[in-house]
Amino acid sequence: MSVLVYAEHDNASLKGVTLNTVAAAQAIGGDITVLVAGSGCAAVAEAAAKIAGVSKVLLADDAAYEHQLAENVADLVAEVGKGYSHILAPATTSGKNFLPRVAALLDVQMISEISGVVNATTFQRPIYAGNAIATVESSQATNVLTVRGTSFDPVAAEGGSAAVENLGVAKDAGVSSFVGEELAKSDRPELTAAKIVISGGRGMQNGDNFEMLYKVADKLGAAVGASRAAVDAGFVPNDMQVGQTGKIVAPQLYVAVGISGAIQHLAGMKDSKVIVAINKDEEAPIFQVADYGLVADLFEAVPELEKLV
Amino acid sequence: MKVLVAVKRVVDYNVKVRVAADHSGVDLTNVKMAMNPFCEIAVEEAVRLKEKGVATEIIAVAVGPKEAQEQIRTALALGADRGILVEAADVQPLGVAKLLKAIVDEEKPELVILGKQAIDGDNNQTGQMLAALAGMGQGTFASEVNVADGSVKVTREIDGGLQTVDLKLPAVVTTDLRLNEPRYASLPNIMKAKKKPLDIKAPGDYGVDVTPLVKTVKVEPPAERQAGIKVADVAELVDKLKNEAKVI
Repeated sequence: MSVLVYAEHDNASLKGVTLNTVAAAQAIGGDITVLVAGSGCAAVAEAAAKIAGVSKVLLADDAAYEHQLAENVADLVAEVGKGYSHILAPATTSGKNFLPRVAALLDVQMISEISGVVNATTFQRPIYAGNAIATVESSQATNVLTVRGTSFDPVAAEGGSAAVENLGVAKDAGVSSFVGEELAKSDRPELTAAKIVISGGRGMQNGDNFEMLYKVADKLGAAVGASRAAVDAGFVPNDMQVGQTGKIVAPQLYVAVGISGAIQHLAGMKDSKVIVAINKDEEAPIFQVADYGLVADLFEAVPELEKLV
Repeated sequence: MKVLVAVKRVVDYNVKVRVAADHSGVDLTNVKMAMNPFCEIAVEEAVRLKEKGVATEIIAVAVGPKEAQEQIRTALALGADRGILVEAADVQPLGVAKLLKAIVDEEKPELVILGKQAIDGDNNQTGQMLAALAGMGQGTFASEVNVADGSVKVTREIDGGLQTVDLKLPAVVTTDLRLNEPRYASLPNIMKAKKKPLDIKAPGDYGVDVTPLVKTVKVEPPAERQAGIKVADVAELVDKLKNEAKVI
């Protein structure tokens, strides 16, 4: 068996979720090769070569891959991936974008967002917004899988010494081009990588009140998220949304403030190690999953929390 | 230009699904079915393009059981001009993408709009697979779509923010939640939709084999999380987090 893992990065540094994906590859077994595609991303390949358990790194360094355009990346991965028994990518918006394209090019039925590896051909994955877990089996020549990062503990970023092979290939499919991007600038950790996440819901009442959560977050080194209700109400941007249709998080500590606990939201955070709920409605479903529940007015509780932590 | 919209019949998003007693799947007996919410957004976007004079004809396509005619009728009531149902049960995303590719070859739409994922299988694959099979560019997880001069600019919701790409037409777009707010069908339009043409096809008509490639071994409920304790005040909460859970 041989597993190809697609590295997630921003051309400058390797994203942590790659380590979780390598962990899934280890659970499958066999030789692990990491593919780094980007532009000016030699440093990323060097970092990938140090990941524990990786035997080879392939580098495709060209302008065609700078913005991870699905059309160009999929052609590359389908070509490089042909000889492998498994092709894995993190279930990020990037992996979800290009990997189904790879599967179609290889005439393979992909398996999305695996949360468990039973054996090399059998996997677990959540369906119906996490309300059911399916165990699926595939006897296809190549298994193409996205990996839910929070379901696998990351492997060590150091300890390996794999060789880096420059593929020297580049192909622009010629059907798409990058126009621009607006990335939220924040000094706080990224939601999916943070050890502590504090999220606000409809109970926050408006976007300005999220300032209270930012203050607590900055004292704890936490990321700030939101429920879909808060996003739909326009309090905060969509990239802060935690839930089935947003980001899936599993931090050491998740603090839900003014969040009722809709199934949609729970699907995105219920694998957190410790869950705290602060809500004035003691009947709120969020208390059914919380390790520590505080029935209180958040406008009093949150400033007090900021003082005490 | 012609726009093709794919719609899927799924369990209504308000229904809390239960795993079947024999663990073969989820229990769908007497459960309310509806159009997948992301597909509603896709239909709405197509209708808006027609209202702007960009789209000239909207074709709604579904792959599903015969009851999926209801979802095509809904799309017709919302503004689609005609429908195609490929009658087949439990077709996996690659099979659906192959059927859509065959229909795209016949109909030659300039734009295909799909939901980013269906809320039953949560696969998030079909649009990307169709784009690959048809050799088209793809704008997935769209929050804004602008068609102009033989290309479409799509703003996409990505981790950490937004990305805008420019795609040559014909192209595939998959919808995210913020793209638009779907309208409701009016009663007169629901009546009119009954008279709009709806073709019923079979996978064999397109020469597509839809045999599943991935087998579901079993379906189980997720591990339940036990409710913890209620704390009296913030001081007790902070104490528990520091000394009991040791997470801060």
